Amino acid sequence: MEPMAHELSHDEARHVARLARLALSDEALESQRVQLGAILEYVERLRKLDLDGVEPMTHAGAPDHTSGMESNRWDADEPGPALDNDTLMRIAPAIHPPFIRVPKVIDGGGGGA
Amino acid sequence: MSDASSMSLIEVRDAIRNGDLTAESAASSCLHAISDRDGGIGAFLQVFDDAALESARAVDRGERTGSLAGVPIALKDNICLNHGRTTCASRMLETYESPFTATAAQRLIDAGAVIIGKTNLDEFAMGSSTENSAFHITRNPVAPDRVPGGSSGGSAAAVAAGFVPGALGSDTGGSIRQPAALTGVVGMKPTYGRVSRWGLVAFASSLDQIGPFGRTVADVALLMDVIAGFDELDSTSSPRAGMAVSPTLSEPVGKLRIGVPRQVRSEHNHPAVVRALDAAITTCTSMGAEVVDVDLPRLDDGIAAYYVVATAEASSNLARFDGIRYGHRAALSAGEGLEDLYARSRAEGFGPEVQRRIMLGTYALSSGYYDAYYRTAMQVRRLIRDEFDAIFASGVHAVMMPSTANPAFRIGEKVDDPLQMYLEDLYTVTANLAGVPAISVPAGVTTEEEGDGTALPVAMQFVGPVGGDEVVLRVGAEFEGGRVEG
Repeated sequence: MEPMAHELSHDEARHVARLARLALSDEALESQRVQLGAILEYVERLRKLDLDGVEPMTHAGAPDHTSGMESNRWDADEPGPALDNDTLMRIAPAIHPPFIRVPKVIDGGGGGA
Repeated sequence: MSDASSMSLIEVRDAIRNGDLTAESAASSCLHAISDRDGGIGAFLQVFDDAALESARAVDRGERTGSLAGVPIALKDNICLNHGRTTCASRMLETYESPFTATAAQRLIDAGAVIIGKTNLDEFAMGSSTENSAFHITRNPVAPDRVPGGSSGGSAAAVAAGFVPGALGSDTGGSIRQPAALTGVVGMKPTYGRVSRWGLVAFASSLDQIGPFGRTVADVALLMDVIAGFDELDSTSSPRAGMAVSPTLSEPVGKLRIGVPRQVRSEHNHPAVVRALDAAITTCTSMGAEVVDVDLPRLDDGIAAYYVVATAEASSNLARFDGIRYGHRAALSAGEGLEDLYARSRAEGFGPEVQRRIMLGTYALSSGYYDAYYRTAMQVRRLIRDEFDAIFASGVHAVMMPSTANPAFRIGEKVDDPLQMYLEDLYTVTANLAGVPAISVPAGVTTEEEGDGTALPVAMQFVGPVGGDEVVLRVGAEFEGGRVEG
């Protein structure tokens, strides 16, 4: 297992914010960095447990105690009903009907919407 | 005229059914109570005055029928309704009007319920005090200088204050049971999969469950009978048929065995919780139950495992809020592009606690840390599930433990210390991690001295095996009916 550094550096915090798509000010980032460090230090306790051979529990579905039935299921990958364009236009924050307006994404993506 | 604000849900339902109360007057008395008193509590984010009265009049005209005909209900504002706004108490969704109605809400409407309004919550259901709402805090109706708990603090407060006889919330780590405990009402987290999550704005999909609040266990059982059941729109929905526990709720459970985990007899419990647990054991014994010691050795590791699993799932679920298709979009400056749109919309739209959890989950899932955090947490989750399974396999019908270690804390007391706030969920997260049902039932109060002049509620929860929702409701009802004061 990799060693865990629960003290996040400023650069690590900035990297995580970037991965999370959060444009935080330096002040907001520093506040989060300190709080996250405290939480990660607390979470460290899990590393002290002997977990050899324990199968990770990847979902909450389990056989029902009376029926034995499982709650997780696979559905066929088939298209179902979708929202109509009027509804999509109504809830979108910027539109050019029948399209949703977005900033330029090609040629470097510079420039506003 | 009967006053619906002092009646239980079943009393309101029966009074309307018997013609002693019209649905319109029931809705009207709720709306008046809200307009008179919610200014000092803040349980609601939206109240549907006209729509609620019209929906009630349709019951009175005989056009809407069902097991909840005319019963006023409130919905936590992370449950989608195709009427009004669904904000999740977030700037991100401040103006969002859902095109959908959640399955659980639709089932209430189909049963004749009258939706009174949407209740306050910690933003995106992330918090334990309802202080993280982007719009306003909610105060505890029992003691207005204290929090109502969270994240479903608005729904709990709405029931505790007598604004509505019942409400729905959501419980990812205790968000129904903890506020129910702190406000002195009943609240239940069903078995994972028992109530459809379709239309519940996702926080942590493997932990989230919608569940009911009421003044009595019977009220909660009636709401469960309506909202539980298979839903093809939720791929984790239990294939079991729906519930019909209400008609037989008061039947004796039989020779009951109740397990009390040694680990909950903690020195960290408030004296009132210690007394309530002792009294609850006496109550169970006087009910004819056998009370046995059981073990949940990983109880104390639940919080750490929970906050890794829940935030990892949240970081993925909340990626959908990118300012493109719906929700808040930042105004870009010259030279900014698509990436800036995402990152600035999310920085402006999400509050600090939501940002913190997204960052924690992102970190836990990031390259090099996945095994150390996320996989480890899932292994601990397995151990906790195995511990519950072993207890129930030994012949125990339900596990009893305090819902919280402490009564309601003061507004502002924990807001600057997220870890202390997280530890509030110590006794509740294990049921979510294991996917098992749990109901919180009032179990005593502090002395007035302990509560600074107010007797603050404390509660016990009864935890059952997977699919044992009926069992915990029956045990809860019997406990409620036979409770011996501590």
